Amino acid sequence: MAQGQMAPGIVSGRLSSDELTSNFTDLHPPLAPHEAAVAADRCYFCYDAPCVTACPTDIDIPLFIRQIQAGQPQSAGRTILEQNILGGMCARVCPTETLCEEACVREAAEGKPVEIGRLQRFATDDVMASGVHPFERAAPTGKTIAVVGAGPAGLACAHRLAMLGHDVVIHESKPKPGGLNEYGIAAYKSTNDFAQAEVDWLLKIGGIAIETGSVLGETISLDGLVENYDAVFLSIGLAGVNALRTPGADKDGVRNAVDFISDVRQASDLAHLPVGRNVVVIGGGMTAVDAAVKSKLLGAEHVTIAYRRDRDAMGASRYEQDLAASHGVRIMTNVQPVAVHGNGSSAEIELEYTSSTGGTLTGTGETIRLPADQVLKAIGQQLDGAPDGLTLEGNKIAVTGAGRTSLQSVWAGGDCAAGGDDLTVTAVAEGRDAAMDIHATLVS
Amino acid sequence: MADLTTDFLGISSPNPYWLASAPPTDKEYNVRRAFEAGWGGVVWKTLGEDGPPVVNVNGPRYGAIYGADRRLLGLNNIELITDRPLEVNLEEMARVKADYPDRALIASLMVPCEEGAWKAILPRVAETGADGIELNFGCPHGMSERGMGSAVGQVPEYIEMVTRWCKKHYDRPVIVKLTPNITDIRKPAEAAKNGGADAVSLINTINSITSVNLDTFSPEPSIDGKGSHGGYCGPAVKPIALSMVSEIARAEATHGLPISGIGGVTTWRDAAEFMSLGCGTVQVCTAAMTYGFKIIDELTAGLSEWMDEKGYTSVSQIVGRAVPNVTDWQYLNLNYVAKAKIDQDQCIKCGRCYAACEDTSHQAISMSPDRVFEVVDEECVACNLCVDVCPVESCISMVPMEAGEVDPRTGKVVEPEYANWTTHPNNPMAKAAE
Repeated sequence: MAQGQMAPGIVSGRLSSDELTSNFTDLHPPLAPHEAAVAADRCYFCYDAPCVTACPTDIDIPLFIRQIQAGQPQSAGRTILEQNILGGMCARVCPTETLCEEACVREAAEGKPVEIGRLQRFATDDVMASGVHPFERAAPTGKTIAVVGAGPAGLACAHRLAMLGHDVVIHESKPKPGGLNEYGIAAYKSTNDFAQAEVDWLLKIGGIAIETGSVLGETISLDGLVENYDAVFLSIGLAGVNALRTPGADKDGVRNAVDFISDVRQASDLAHLPVGRNVVVIGGGMTAVDAAVKSKLLGAEHVTIAYRRDRDAMGASRYEQDLAASHGVRIMTNVQPVAVHGNGSSAEIELEYTSSTGGTLTGTGETIRLPADQVLKAIGQQLDGAPDGLTLEGNKIAVTGAGRTSLQSVWAGGDCAAGGDDLTVTAVAEGRDAAMDIHATLVS
Repeated sequence: MADLTTDFLGISSPNPYWLASAPPTDKEYNVRRAFEAGWGGVVWKTLGEDGPPVVNVNGPRYGAIYGADRRLLGLNNIELITDRPLEVNLEEMARVKADYPDRALIASLMVPCEEGAWKAILPRVAETGADGIELNFGCPHGMSERGMGSAVGQVPEYIEMVTRWCKKHYDRPVIVKLTPNITDIRKPAEAAKNGGADAVSLINTINSITSVNLDTFSPEPSIDGKGSHGGYCGPAVKPIALSMVSEIARAEATHGLPISGIGGVTTWRDAAEFMSLGCGTVQVCTAAMTYGFKIIDELTAGLSEWMDEKGYTSVSQIVGRAVPNVTDWQYLNLNYVAKAKIDQDQCIKCGRCYAACEDTSHQAISMSPDRVFEVVDEECVACNLCVDVCPVESCISMVPMEAGEVDPRTGKVVEPEYANWTTHPNNPMAKAAE
């Protein structure tokens, strides 16, 4: 029997199993072949298409859509995967509304872009469903490269290196590969364990070994990797979470949103996953939206996103904001946390209204208290555990060109590297480009 | 509401929309429902001579060309004339005509090229009370292999001969239906007129194979792995039909010969276009086969509304209005100079105009790094391709230059006078202007 939304505290089983299953189905169901044909027909095959320019991985979008029009989703998929080996995941999680679909001329014309993301999924799903890996390895080069971190950047780098004939060993600290594709990312965007299926499919290229439980600074060291491999690619992500420096932030019920999301992603039974009755998420990015929507889908009665600046400044796109609102999440802007109240456990959060003058945020002194038995912190991640000796830039690993760090034979990419948006698709582009640069360096 | 009443060869119908001789008009049940739905007339499915009826294939009769959302753009068929006994059809026609005296009912006929065959069937058709006959000289498949249909329509002498027999043995209007599977449509039309035809109707269907199955390498529609060319119709054939109609309407020998227009009429606008090129009625088939008889509501309301907007009170006022504007290339005004103009406010920056112009031949559209597309007047020949490929309907227009302006492409002043190729200095056959 479900506990119901109004059960106090942080409890599991607020909703029935059926309700949970229904809530966590695909946000955007896949296109059927006829739907894909109709959606593809809307593409104008623009000259020097703006959507391609807007894509961090430069997928030839008009070409792959034309291949769908011409009845060859497999060819379309290959066009995508040649540029972006994680094109399947990107089709699901890319904020297309701020990338390719925002640039689509039909967005300008009608406010209704070609559904590039869903078409990309149609094509890549078709390739993956065929069970055949569409790429082959070049002749062995005898070189071996270490990749640290099996997230999108690491996987993209490893795949490209393997394709070019190198051997790759990926060192991953977590029990499963995939990085944020596996442990982050909204569950309703990546259903049916897609992240692992994609990794398994990617590894079919051959030549890639994954060593899980391999932690940089503990079981392995950068010096050791540099010594034992021909090159090293660091894609260690942002493992640290920014601290909430607010009185009461140490109370029970206050936790990191990324950990909450990871629990949801890894849960074998969502009915056993506890969630508060009154949840407040601090932050304004995609992680905040994901955590808030998941709380609601798990059965929380009231979910509020509290963000310190105005709506335009939110990291989450308007589309993501609307997604949250459509699930009944309340978005409060221009409020910052000043205290978490409660006897041992969080019961209320006190928020202070803010105003921004000349970019400087100041509290107005006016406060409001919201019931909050659960507070999720989504105020950003930071680089954690970067090896000594690397030059940093703004708390990230400084890189030049295609991911070259300050150290000889060490490259970096993905969220841990400076520059670029912290998006899956950007990480893939950086991993791929670093691989090309590593290859050019090793075979020259 | 404009009055759509139509008088064609003295045959009256409440509107100019007739259902063409085809599967929808093959039996009483259908024709009654078509009349109830509001169709002005019906050309009954083609009758053959008495005796055992023809047989049709027992596999697919139709093949199609689609748009992306399976909008049917073109249809092809290998069906023959009616496969029901002659007597049954004649009895049904008589009953229907008696019940719907205000509607046009035309009998379509196809019998062997012998006078006796026509002499035998015509009195029986006359007995039904049908308003007239249409000679099926157009069907391009099956029957043509037996010396009928388009086999007759492709030989003007046969057309004239058979038409003459019909006029001799039948005293109501004779319409000759023409095949487009011929080089010069004016010749069969002229032959029909010479034979005494009261009108021609066109076009019948076009020889076609809709597609080839790339697994079995069989043409579609496929019967047990083999295919045969069929008759192509539907929206895709309209431009061909309009041109053929216009040729007959403006040719000296056939000008004024009444025409019933056929070929891809799908909406009221198509009908208005056919009528403006000289058609007194239009015949519809594919649209009715695709969407059902109910489309007549849009066809009649649309035509009526357009006539009201333009101030026309009778369909006779629109018949042939566009014919004087159809001319030969050599008479087109070479002093008419236009330039493409792109409305930047409407431009969505897709670049299709640029790709088309750049790769076609003129290189008359420039593209800036921030995707502003502009016409290079020095290169623009006003070919209209940019307009044709632009996805925004009114974004690019062709703006005529004023007389006295200098065309930056040629450096010449735009002359106010009309001048054509016949007097152009580059024409070795040019005649000096008198």
